[in-house]
Amino acid sequence: MTVAAPVKSLTIAVIGNPNTGKSTLFSALTGMHARIGNYPGVTVEKKIGTIHHHGVTLNLVDLPGTYSLSPRSLDEMVSVDVLLGRQPDVGEIDAVLCIVDASNLERNLYVVSQVLDVGLPTVLVLNMWDVAQSRGIQIDVDALAQRLGIPVLTCEAHRRTNIAAIKSALVAASKQTTRTPLRLFPPEFYREAEALRTQTTVGENVLPDFLLERLLLDAGGYVEQWQSKQHASELPTQLTAARDRLKAAGCRIPAVEAKVRYAWSRQLLTGVVQQPAERPVTSSDKLDRFFTHKVWGLAVFCLVMLTVFLAIYVAAEPLMTLIEDGQGFIGDTVGKWIPNGPFRSLLVDGVIAGVGGVLVFIPQIALLFLFIALLEDCGYMARAAFLMDKLMVKVGLSGKSFVPLMSSFACAIPGIMATRVIENRRDRFVTILVAPLMSCSARLPVYVLLIGAFIPDLWYGALRGLTLFAMTSLGAIVAIPVAWILKKTFFKGETPPFVMELPSYKWPSPRIVLSRVYDRVMSFIVRAGTLIFATNVLIWATAYYPGDHAEERRLQAEIASQEEQRNDAAELKEAVNRESQRLLETSYLGRAGRAMEPVFLPLGWDWRIGVGVLASFPAREVIISTLGTIYSLGGDVDAENQELRSALQAATWPDGRPIYTIPVALSVMVFFALCAQCASTLMIIRRETNHWGWAAFTFAYMTILAYAGAWLTYQIGQWWM
Amino acid sequence: MATTKLNRLTQGQTGIIRDVQGDDGVAIRLLEMGLTDGEPITLIGAAPLGDPLEFSLRGYRLSLRQSEAERVEIDLPH
Repeated sequence: MTVAAPVKSLTIAVIGNPNTGKSTLFSALTGMHARIGNYPGVTVEKKIGTIHHHGVTLNLVDLPGTYSLSPRSLDEMVSVDVLLGRQPDVGEIDAVLCIVDASNLERNLYVVSQVLDVGLPTVLVLNMWDVAQSRGIQIDVDALAQRLGIPVLTCEAHRRTNIAAIKSALVAASKQTTRTPLRLFPPEFYREAEALRTQTTVGENVLPDFLLERLLLDAGGYVEQWQSKQHASELPTQLTAARDRLKAAGCRIPAVEAKVRYAWSRQLLTGVVQQPAERPVTSSDKLDRFFTHKVWGLAVFCLVMLTVFLAIYVAAEPLMTLIEDGQGFIGDTVGKWIPNGPFRSLLVDGVIAGVGGVLVFIPQIALLFLFIALLEDCGYMARAAFLMDKLMVKVGLSGKSFVPLMSSFACAIPGIMATRVIENRRDRFVTILVAPLMSCSARLPVYVLLIGAFIPDLWYGALRGLTLFAMTSLGAIVAIPVAWILKKTFFKGETPPFVMELPSYKWPSPRIVLSRVYDRVMSFIVRAGTLIFATNVLIWATAYYPGDHAEERRLQAEIASQEEQRNDAAELKEAVNRESQRLLETSYLGRAGRAMEPVFLPLGWDWRIGVGVLASFPAREVIISTLGTIYSLGGDVDAENQELRSALQAATWPDGRPIYTIPVALSVMVFFALCAQCASTLMIIRRETNHWGWAAFTFAYMTILAYAGAWLTYQIGQWWM
Repeated sequence: MATTKLNRLTQGQTGIIRDVQGDDGVAIRLLEMGLTDGEPITLIGAAPLGDPLEFSLRGYRLSLRQSEAERVEIDLPH
């Protein structure tokens, strides 16, 4: 063995426009094993992959796809901070990998020119080379590299061409020192930027040239907001004066930046790129005419959305049942080997059920992201936003919120995860906060039970159907004013630009699609799954303790031995059900339900309904089994159970009046329609917003809304009846 | 040459960009996407509900809302 040179670890930032195949190239370079996390204090996903190439370790940092490096928010500032080595959890950057769409170089080079102003060694990859070729675009790669003074490579990331060459180019580039920034602006601009340096210096902390330029260029941008906060009074006036002086000198901000950089880009490409004078009408253009057609476009859209919805609502069902059965089987098997007691309950009802409670979401997440990845990769996703934008603008959101909200009708968890397509932070947060109002599939059993028991079967079942429809629509209708209020209060600000590229249609690549699904599922398990699991175990503990379970265990053991002797254990089973009822009534939960009866009375509920509702805060479907236990039928009842329906119909107040009237049934359903009774949803909100506060806020506003809605329903119903 | 706003183009019509009004986030984004003075831009069509609009410029397709397109002054060549 030779003397090993010290293994050097280099850090590379990967940047490019959206729709350039950046993430495809990233996974082609780094394989499937990227570390995913969050940058502190923002909602930007941090993705780092590692390459070992000829004894050098390269850490690739995947930055969010962007058209420019002029940050307007804290989230957008992350990419700039990473490039400048100002992001402490990433450290110094050794080189930049810029990826551009070879069939659309002129616009893609805009952000490249900004990157070149940072002054780091840079490698340029012309991706989608095949698309450029098919459109008759000829690019002289060597001439381009020479003019730019950086290595330029071609690539078809989905076919993994030229990957080794790109790795070598990155290693070679990382060994270089810094390069001279492009500096495309007139000298007076740089004089004004330099003049800002003394004003923005705090002690040893000097702003790098790039940030001084951004401070001057981005009127109202993030750098200006941040620096104005630090140097309270004088900076804004100085900036305005400097911009006025530049305007007088024929260098009007902000227009000058686009003018200068696009002129550079065009000049750079003159003689390097040959393309047909008339852009030929491609099949993509023809498809686009069809997909955005007034009639056919909307018809195709409805069909596509219906397919996606049915896939997550219906097709995921058997897979979810399989996971639940598997969990039950493993629980039973493990249970046989361990004596009945708190440890067995912890293992079976806490740990195994907790893991099952995480895994059960995977079919819906995987199926939804399969469709999202397909639609994104073929270019339809942007058209979906294009088609639905006008509708969503009415509630203050944009077309990009449509798919996440629609998915939330199946389950809010994949729906909230899907909000990552919304770049604007305010739009994304409002979408996340109203998503749990959409009527998810877990609310259905509650409606089925109560409608079946209390809504009269009039007009050939139409009344029941109408009630179900009303309950399912309620959340979406309430979401409209909620979104509007959120937009006017916590998330007010200038309307974010909708300005969106409509990428060309192409056949989706199976590899890209599958790797994205894998990515999303893993990210769910690692980042949210752990939280959901911990919550599940905690919930188990609160329901198990502090009761004395000895009598219940004795009865269960007796049933087991009776069944072994093939005796009828019906009486014993009833005794167990009565014992479970007693345990529930004396548990903290049961006591809380009784203590809170005055709170439930205005809604028309007795303490039993109260206990059922309280028990279902971690997961709304739990109310069915809780009501089963309360009415001594055991927890193994479902929404179609006739005994449970009869028990509810027969339940009375101490003075003999029936508890469940139509207004009471409606008030319970309205409560479930509007309440955030799903711990897993709250955990995913915490993950996606990167803050506990928004999970707490969602819980609070939805609980208040649910209480108010249930109260109104009951009071109006009483008056009506 | 007549001067008008980008949202006034008829389907298939091409205008030459004159200016983008304002200096807020929308204006900056429009500039970044390549809507600089002197560039030709063509209206491809509108979404089925009438908004947003689809344009073609610099060899790619861009979607803008009516309110955004209204900020762009264009010249109509005769």
